[in-house]
Amino acid sequence: MTAMRQQAMSAVVDVFERDENVAVIMADISLDYLRRAVEHDPRRAINVGIMEQSAIGVAAGFALEGYHPIVHTLAPFLAERPLEQIKLDFGYQGLGGLFISAGASYDYGESGGTHHAGGDVQALGSIPRLEVLVPGSARETDALVRASYANGRPTYLRTSIVENDAPLELAPGGLTVVRRGRDLTVVAAGPFLSRTLAALDGIDATVLYATTLVPLDAATLAREAAPAAEIVLVEPVYEGTTAAQVSAALAHRPTRLLSIGVPRRFLKRYGTAEQHDADLGLDVGGIRERIRAFVG
Amino acid sequence: MEITSATAELLELIGRASGDEKHDASSFSTLDVLQVLYEMLRVDPADPGWEERDRFLLSKGHGPLAYYAVLAYNGFFPADELSKFMTWDGILGGHPDRGRVPGVEVSTGSLGHGLPMAVGVAYALRARGLDTQRVFVLTGDAELNEGSNWEAIMHAGSAQLANLTAIVVDNGSSNVRLGEIAAKLRAFGWDAAGVDGRDHDALREAYLHRSDRPTAVVAVV
Repeated sequence: MTAMRQQAMSAVVDVFERDENVAVIMADISLDYLRRAVEHDPRRAINVGIMEQSAIGVAAGFALEGYHPIVHTLAPFLAERPLEQIKLDFGYQGLGGLFISAGASYDYGESGGTHHAGGDVQALGSIPRLEVLVPGSARETDALVRASYANGRPTYLRTSIVENDAPLELAPGGLTVVRRGRDLTVVAAGPFLSRTLAALDGIDATVLYATTLVPLDAATLAREAAPAAEIVLVEPVYEGTTAAQVSAALAHRPTRLLSIGVPRRFLKRYGTAEQHDADLGLDVGGIRERIRAFVG
Repeated sequence: MEITSATAELLELIGRASGDEKHDASSFSTLDVLQVLYEMLRVDPADPGWEERDRFLLSKGHGPLAYYAVLAYNGFFPADELSKFMTWDGILGGHPDRGRVPGVEVSTGSLGHGLPMAVGVAYALRARGLDTQRVFVLTGDAELNEGSNWEAIMHAGSAQLANLTAIVVDNGSSNVRLGEIAAKLRAFGWDAAGVDGRDHDALREAYLHRSDRPTAVVAVV
């Protein structure tokens, strides 16, 4: 199976070769994946080196001249270190660019906290106009790269080593109805869909799947939410990141919301993503336990 | 400062404005530098987005009054705007906004953003085949405290972006001792020299100097 990151880079190279208005900015990461772009046209495939603030600035320079820049590096160094560059150079200036990260949350679980990024979506979500994409499979990643690279907005696409069991047909920008039920409404984001479905075994729930976390598809959520007041949000980012959007979408009715996500603390153990999942209660058993306690 | 009739008119334009964000020292230290630059910059006030123009990015974004005055003097917008500086009904903010002000290429004010963007613009012009167009970016000794500038300086020198010229206005406002700025830029691969930032002929000559590397004019005022 092709991993999300590899598929994203493959799609980037493809759009780069097809569309001469695409520029690719690298910061010394994934150079092998993007070598073909450099060979195709080195004038618009630039590795700036290990300088993420300037990577965003250089990308904005391309955008000022009408290019669709795509920037790629690891999540903490793309979303957090140059946050102000994305906010001002792209957001405030009204430019568009696609920012593709690798190393979601604790994907680099053995590397320690410097390489973790549970807060990337919340940080970037504070920037007006910015869109956040959290695909759950390589195929979705491919589609989202192609659909978003020229959308005229700053767009953050978060790849992960964690994927769903089987990719769904997705409607980019919207919530996908996975199934309908009466006793609970669940919004599951990106690669946390499979484990959420497994955790819901025996519960008659409406399940909505999100690959776009910002802006959340409020209209579909309001329309499809089950009659029961209980809402569960399961997302592979800091707990509660999308809670305000869920609440706003359901402001017209009584709701009781449970937010499941990455706990807001620094992780001090070294291990695989699966080990951290188990430790944090984000594996199937942990999610099931929290949902059952919530619905009684 | 050389008081030509144009300068006198620019000073009159600056005098129309008021407000804390005038940053008088910044405005007056950049006036000569910008006046001379816009005498030679290929721009069209009737068509600010003309693709074949030279680009000028005010990186530091502070003390924009001299910039606004030069733009108004060159016809990018009516001089009346200066009297509405930093007011609700005006387009001229304490820091320039490309979405509001004709002729302003970038929205700056947070320090350390313009120079990296200028590097990107220089690359983009090259990719577009706009080989004779030049990219000028104005920074200052104090703005050079921001590390992002040195990222961009390091990269542009390494990449030999010869269509890029940095104008560094050295008005001694940095609280970090920088030593000879031109020497530091040369160490990063730039063709850099210092000039008297009030001497119009010297500035003109410095701007016209081309090289196979990015150039820098350190305008000491």
